[in-house]
This record gives sequence, C-alpha cells and structure tokens, in this order.
Amino acid sequence: MQVQARLFATLRNHLPEDATDHTTQVELPEGATVEDLLEKLELPKDEVRVTMVNGRARPREWELEPDDEVGIFPAVGGG
Amino acid sequence: MWLIRINMADRSYTVEKAPAAFETLGGRGVTSTIVHDEVPPLSHPLGPSNKLVFSPGLLTGTAAPSSARISAGAKSPLTGGIKESNAGTAWAQHLANLGIKALVVEGQPEEKGAYWMAHLTWDDQEERPSIEFLPADDYLGQSLFDVFPKLYERFGERVTIAGVGVSGEYGYANSGIVYNDNNQRPNRYSGRGGMGAVMASKGLKFIVADPSGAPRREVADRELFNQGRRKMREALQEHAITQPKGGLNMYGTAVLINILNEAGGLPTRNFSSGRFEGAAKIAGEAIFEGIKDRAGEEVFNHGCSPGCIIQCSNTWLRPDGTEHVSCIEYESDWALGANCGIDSLDDIAEMVRLCNAYGFDTIETGTTIGVAMEAGVIPFGDGQGAINLVEEMGKGTPLGRILGGGTEFTGRAYGVTRVPTVKGQSMPAYEPRAVKGIGITYATSTMGADHTAGYTIGPEILAVGGDEDPLDPEGKAALSRAFQATTAFIDSIGHCLFIAFAILDIESGYEGMVEECNGLLGTDWTTDDVVPMGTEVLKKERAFNEAAGIGPAQDRVPEFMTREPLPPHNQVFDVPDEALDSVYGEL
Ligand code: SF4
Repeated sequence: MQVQARLFATLRNHLPEDATDHTTQVELPEGATVEDLLEKLELPKDEVRVTMVNGRARPREWELEPDDEVGIFPAVGGG
Repeated sequence: MWLIRINMADRSYTVEKAPAAFETLGGRGVTSTIVHDEVPPLSHPLGPSNKLVFSPGLLTGTAAPSSARISAGAKSPLTGGIKESNAGTAWAQHLANLGIKALVVEGQPEEKGAYWMAHLTWDDQEERPSIEFLPADDYLGQSLFDVFPKLYERFGERVTIAGVGVSGEYGYANSGIVYNDNNQRPNRYSGRGGMGAVMASKGLKFIVADPSGAPRREVADRELFNQGRRKMREALQEHAITQPKGGLNMYGTAVLINILNEAGGLPTRNFSSGRFEGAAKIAGEAIFEGIKDRAGEEVFNHGCSPGCIIQCSNTWLRPDGTEHVSCIEYESDWALGANCGIDSLDDIAEMVRLCNAYGFDTIETGTTIGVAMEAGVIPFGDGQGAINLVEEMGKGTPLGRILGGGTEFTGRAYGVTRVPTVKGQSMPAYEPRAVKGIGITYATSTMGADHTAGYTIGPEILAVGGDEDPLDPEGKAALSRAFQATTAFIDSIGHCLFIAFAILDIESGYEGMVEECNGLLGTDWTTDDVVPMGTEVLKKERAFNEAAGIGPAQDRVPEFMTREPLPPHNQVFDVPDEALDSVYGEL
C-alpha cells in the first residue's frame, strides 16, 4: 500500500531530493505500522517526537491504512 | 529595591524603598498586585485614575539565563480588565540594574496632546534612581524606526528605551508598548491589551533608561544561585527545542506552523478552517530557507535581549539580501498570514514592520484584518490590500481608527458574527475547537484570549510536559488551571516562558529555577510552592476583573465556535460550562 509521509524541521534532511511541501510517497506492506514507516524512511528514531496519522497523534504501534497521511516531527516548540 | 511613582499631572515623582511585601514578588506579581490594590476597577482605562506599572522579573538583571523580561500592567482598554503584558528587552535589565522593583505611572496632564519623556538615571550622590522630564513633542506622529535613532543619538548608545508609537497617541485599543531589541531597533513589544494607549493617555511618550553608576545587585546565597543557574543552563542546552541550533534557534517560533496545521488546529481565514493550504510557504522551515537563499548562508537566530541562550529571533531579508524586519514570530506569521489567507512571507514581513513602526500588536492586527476580510472590506488572500489596511491604521484615517479599535470593535462596525475574541481580546494561533485545553485557557484567563496564560499546547500538541488528546475536553480544566498558575509564577520571576519546554521535560532544570530564586532571595521555596504562589497572583487578577464587572459569564468562547464544526476534524468547542467555571471556581 501507499502512504504519504510528511517530514518537518530537522527531519526534512531525510526527504528525497525531489520532495515538495515536506511530502514523500512511501510503499509499505499491508498492516505496516508507524514504526515500520519510520524504519523504511531510515529516520533517527530518538529524534522523532510526534507522529500524527490523518491529523491525530498516534503511537508507533498504530496500524496504517492505504493513503494515510503521516506527519512526523522532532521536538518543536514556540508560542 | 525602589518603588518609583511618577505623577504625570505635574511631572513630579517620588522614590521610596519598596514595601517588604514586594521582596519576593517581581514582574507580573508586582504589576497585578499594584493594579489590584490601587486602580479603581470601574475607572476608565484611559482616564487619570488608571495606573501603568512596570516591573522587571525577580531574576531580571542577574546572570540567570533568558531572564531579561519586563511586565507592563494596567487596566486594559481592550478588555476592560486587568492586564499584564510581557516582553523581552534590555530595558528590563536596566530597570533592574537601577534597583527598581516597580515604576508606577499615575495621573494625567491637563494639556491635551502634550507629551514628555522621562530620563531615568542613577544619582550617585543620593544613591538612588532619579528622573528628568523632557518635552517629547518633536517625536510625535512618526514611525518608531525614525524616532529611535534620534533618541540614541541624543542619549547615547548605552541607553535602553520603552515608549509608544502613533497607535498610542491615537488612543487605539490595539496599541503596544515598544522596547529596543539588541540592535537599538523598536522591535520588542508588550503588545497585548492596549498598554500603549494607557501610557500615551498619561502624556508619557518614552522612558529612557541609563543605569551607569548603579551598584550591583546583592545575591543572598551566591553558591546556591550559581548552582540553580547552572542547572537551568544545562537543561536549556540539552533540550532539543531550546538548545543551540535546536528547534527555536534554527526555525524560530514559526516552527509551530506545520505542526498546528498537521493537527488541524491552525486557524485559517478568520477561524473558518484548521488547515491552511499555504502553511508550508510561511512556516519556520520556509523562513530559514528564505533567509539562507537571500543571505547566501545559513543564519541562526539571535536573542531578543542580552543573556538569552535560547535565541529564537530571526531577521527576515528582502530579495536583495538587506534587512526587512526582525522578527517574524509564529503569532505574527499566523495572524497576518494563515488567518488572512496570505501565503507570502514578504507581505507578512512588511505588515510586521508596519506594526513595529506604528506600535500595533501583530496578533490583534491580524485578527482584525481577518474580520475585515470576512466583512468583505478586502478579499481573503489579498496581501497588498492587507498592507494597505495596516497603513490606514497608522495614518489614523476613519477606517484605520475602526480597525485600531481591535477585532471585536471592527466586528461590531461591520455586523460580523464570526469574531474570535474573549473578553474583547482576540485569540492567538491555536484553534479552540481542535485543541480544547487552550480553548479553556482562552475562555477563562484573566487576560482575555491569551495563549501564554496557560500553554496547554505543550502536552496537547507538542508532547512536552505530558501527552493529551487535543480533541478530548476531559480533564482539561484542571490542566489549564495548573498551567495558568505555573505561568503566573514564571511571569513573576522574569524567565522567558520558553524555558518551560526544557524544564517541563528535565526535572533538574525545574529545580534549578527554584534554586535561582532561593539563592537570589534567601528564601526556601520548593518546587511544590510554584503553583500556590502563581495562584495568589491569579486570585488578585480575578478579584480585580470581578469588581470591574467581568465574571464567569465572560469565561466563554464566542458562540460560533460552539455551533460551527471546524474542518478537518469537524469538531465544535464542546467543553461544558461547568468545566469552564471550575477553572477559577476551584482555584
Ligand atoms: S527565547 Fe526568544 S523570546 Fe525568549 S528571551 Fe530568548 S530570544 Fe527572547
């Protein structure tokens, strides 16, 4: 299945060169989790602080569905 | 330390020892105590009975990191309630260096339209601060970018400045108090609540401070103080958000644009959606890349004030690489960007520059333009039209004066029902329907809608200081109450609120904060004392507001938020009234 991953802030360095708007399409086996996606993208897992699936914060073991949109963030703050 | 009272009716002043009760109070704790004790709650905010109080934080002027904070307090012309508006600036340190606990501006001159400056220096002979009053008529009606260089030329490079722009002279409810940044520019603000109009109503245009010759602050237990400050520094340097080249230092506060957008909580086109399709173009990452392109190299952010080791302030550049404005904060970026449907950083930067030139709060300005767009004055997304509206405000045209009255006032002038305000103050950059806890803070804060008053965004969105589902209202009243009390404490000791990101995650940093205070003051506070001490401040603010006619019935979000579902999560604000009432009911 295909899911859409969006990487932000310092994690942008892990996007493919041609990515636009922070976004890349990723092919995963059915039943893959957020954790599997992080592995596929070779993200430094201790730098990942927040993962959102379709706009809701979801844990690493969350099972993804085809066409899910996954936002992946390091620790960020401001105000 | 000193308590100075200025009477602007005759430009006289008194300097007395600050009362013993103020020894362990600073910043917001002092301003809210004096406003509560001395300002008649039913007085007109721009009349002679209101008082404008400045107080540096307890730790301000010491070597504690990121602690150059000033509180400006008064009865607010925007909300009609009590106000504390906080800023980071070297002026705060100069006040503290002069040994000033509180500077209280009282009275009003008989002459309409006459303005003075107060030149604040150290008197070696008397061993106390002294003030000279000088006419300020030469500086009226001008951009602050023209006036600040003249003041520095006149008073010397070392001084610091607090003042008001034309927004204050016009008496706008949207008018901040400006302070110099680290490069003598008029870029730092006590923006919220119309404090500029209060200062101007007293005929006071600038306060120029020069602490030369003042003695060093005494520290009760230097070893403990240094230990506390070391723990604080280590926490700030270790945490990914606050460390050098970390989130804030690299991307600035606007790093939040993308995460709020992803969470569906970035208010867009006057609070009609939680997602903005242009978010990536105005986000902190785009600011960093834009500056890099135009500067030809990576540029990390600078401090708004001396002694900040987080350093979150950017300087946006024009296409030719010259400076456009410092700084594009998250709130300004959102208010003048997403909230107006504008996705051009150059247009946003120009509006921030105009706000700094004239003295406007960028949040209130952006939300006012959003409501004007809703009313059809100009279309959403019209960047040049929005710039023109800020110019109208600065020129004081009839339309500009309506807009200068603020978001709620503009909504009334045009018969708009979607007006995002609480107690007359507009909402900042987090949607209450998508982030329920911050909605509770907006609804109940003594300040009107204010994110800094109780920043539940930490646990609700950022996974800092806990992990909460933003869409779930359950338990959020207690969360907001605890954050509001902790914030009142931090606003009183004078640390920048951004230390919270580090110390909520790193316990030794939290201990360090309390040790800094104990070392400085000789107290024996524990971390358990933080919330009760903040609560005392909130109680005074609440009592003032209730006496001013602002009670539980005003602790509500606007009706449209309880009726119109917000995309993408299609939620309404569903926090029950009893939960809202419990925030201060159970304080
Ligand atoms: S963290 Fe940012 S806002 Fe806070 S004191 Fe430092 S530069 Fe100023």
